Amino acid sequence: MREKNNRRQRVLAGLIFSVIFLAVVCIGGILCKQEAAATDFSRKNLAPCTEYLFGTDWLGRDMFARTLRGLSVSILLGMVSAAVSAAAAFVLGVISAAMGRTADSAVSFCIDWVMGIPHILLLILISVALGKGFRGVAAGVALTHWPSLARVIRAEMIQLKESPYIQIAEKLGKRKGYLIRKHMLPHLMPQFFVGLVLLFPHAILHESSVTFLGFGLSSEQPAIGIILSESMRYLVTGQWWLAAFPGAMLVLVVILFYEIGENLRKLLSPGSAHE
Amino acid sequence: MKNKTTGNRIAFIIRKLLRLALLLFVTSITSFVLMKASPIDPLQANVGQSALGTMSIEQIARLQAYWGVGGNPVKQYLGWAADFVRGDMGMSLLYHQAVSEVIAVRLQNSLVLMVTAWLLSGVLGLALGAAAGMNRGRWIDRGIKGYCLVISSTPAYWLAMLLLIVFGVWLKTFPVGLSVPIGVAAADVTFTERVQHFVLPALALSITGIAGIALHTREKMIEITESEYMLFARARGEKGWRLFWNHGFRNVLLPAITLQFASISEIFGGSVLVEQVFSYPGLGQAAVAAGLGSDMPLLMAVTIVSALFVFGGNMIADVLYGIVDPRIRKGGVGQ
Repeated sequence: MREKNNRRQRVLAGLIFSVIFLAVVCIGGILCKQEAAATDFSRKNLAPCTEYLFGTDWLGRDMFARTLRGLSVSILLGMVSAAVSAAAAFVLGVISAAMGRTADSAVSFCIDWVMGIPHILLLILISVALGKGFRGVAAGVALTHWPSLARVIRAEMIQLKESPYIQIAEKLGKRKGYLIRKHMLPHLMPQFFVGLVLLFPHAILHESSVTFLGFGLSSEQPAIGIILSESMRYLVTGQWWLAAFPGAMLVLVVILFYEIGENLRKLLSPGSAHE
Repeated sequence: MKNKTTGNRIAFIIRKLLRLALLLFVTSITSFVLMKASPIDPLQANVGQSALGTMSIEQIARLQAYWGVGGNPVKQYLGWAADFVRGDMGMSLLYHQAVSEVIAVRLQNSLVLMVTAWLLSGVLGLALGAAAGMNRGRWIDRGIKGYCLVISSTPAYWLAMLLLIVFGVWLKTFPVGLSVPIGVAAADVTFTERVQHFVLPALALSITGIAGIALHTREKMIEITESEYMLFARARGEKGWRLFWNHGFRNVLLPAITLQFASISEIFGGSVLVEQVFSYPGLGQAAVAAGLGSDMPLLMAVTIVSALFVFGGNMIADVLYGIVDPRIRKGGVGQ
């Protein structure tokens, strides 16, 4: 019995769907900048209806447009800072495994050091150091997300170094740089790529959390954390939609990023073909 | 031989303690430098532009001295560190109280919350993860995996807000915030009232904590079910609970211990957010207030206390690992 679509095709379809959805959210958010800021007191505090899917807030702003806008800001910010973080992780991971014991223990110490301070607290500290705002969060997320990926890459490199084909190449007199470039990096690339994509959801969640606490983007930018922290004041009066829909959309976006990561892993790593 | 292992163990612990001290030292410097580098003027943030405008130069100078503006940073740090080592954490600028007192009260509130969530998420996470891993691919596995995926994608503060809407605003079963009722003297607060105020934050924190632990335990459990001793046990006809109890449980317990202690950092981060939502007067809320109000002594103390917990947790995990698993004990401690 042959299935209509094989697993590879299903995974690809899921991947493409997720990417398109996220792209639509991003582009939609960029396009509706005016909509998101437009206030209209004739439509204050409307519950969700067909015209305003997510309802409106106390200034009569359309929550759907605001949510899209906020998500696109969060996604773009998260992706850029996670990419910087992943690049740092890659370089440090490779240095740690390839440059000998001193470099290794230095990098390990840095990993322990960054991981020892609770994530949120470190984000708060870095954000305060840079005067909050966009720069603060972006730098905070970029500087705190590399340790876990660096660990993975370091472990992988160390394992690779012991593998027969590398050992043989070494015995054949190949230089270290050549070994790393020709034999190790191609092996690491898929894992790095998946690790990078799986950093995005973390970065987005942390960005929104820090913004929620008041250390991130300023209140003029409708980031998702701002929307949610503003809605806190209106929860007790029963305006649940101000918090429920933007939050649910954020969860959806994060789940889709995880899905993209997992699907990429399935496509790129041959080991999972037997599952 | 026996003595040698004990000696090794002690040397291992001493080395770990030294490393811990070094890490704490570096952490304190980090937080000091970051706070000092901040372009945010504590006077502007706490006193306000308009109030500053009406003050005389002497008053402003006094305020600047109070908030630690100006002066030599190296000297300031050394002064702070010398006091800190002697147990004097300084005065909190926001609360006008000794930092150690603020921390003592806050830590107590937070610890109740975090320990409950930590234990609950550890036990339930282990149980769910093991159940999912043992039944890989069946509906129970899918259900647990789906739950974990959704919850680990959910920011803790949003979950807390949802609980607040449902149980606090709609059903009115639990109060909306704080750790005690408003307008009641501290001595008159009953135990039930305290518990009522504590249920929702603890619940929010536990729900988020379970997901991570369950997902990791599931992965480990799957690895174990694919092992040869499990295959052999199945071939002998063992199955279900007996199979798990005889062959799975002890093996999955090891990684679970590490996970449990490594999750302290996550729980702490979650508690910062959850406490903010429920206005629960814990350590996390103090950290946020200190960060927003540039209360340097308090924020530094909170950072160090929390780092102590995280590093301590990792260290305990390392030591426990050696005790629980004889293989690690034999194969050269501290490698």
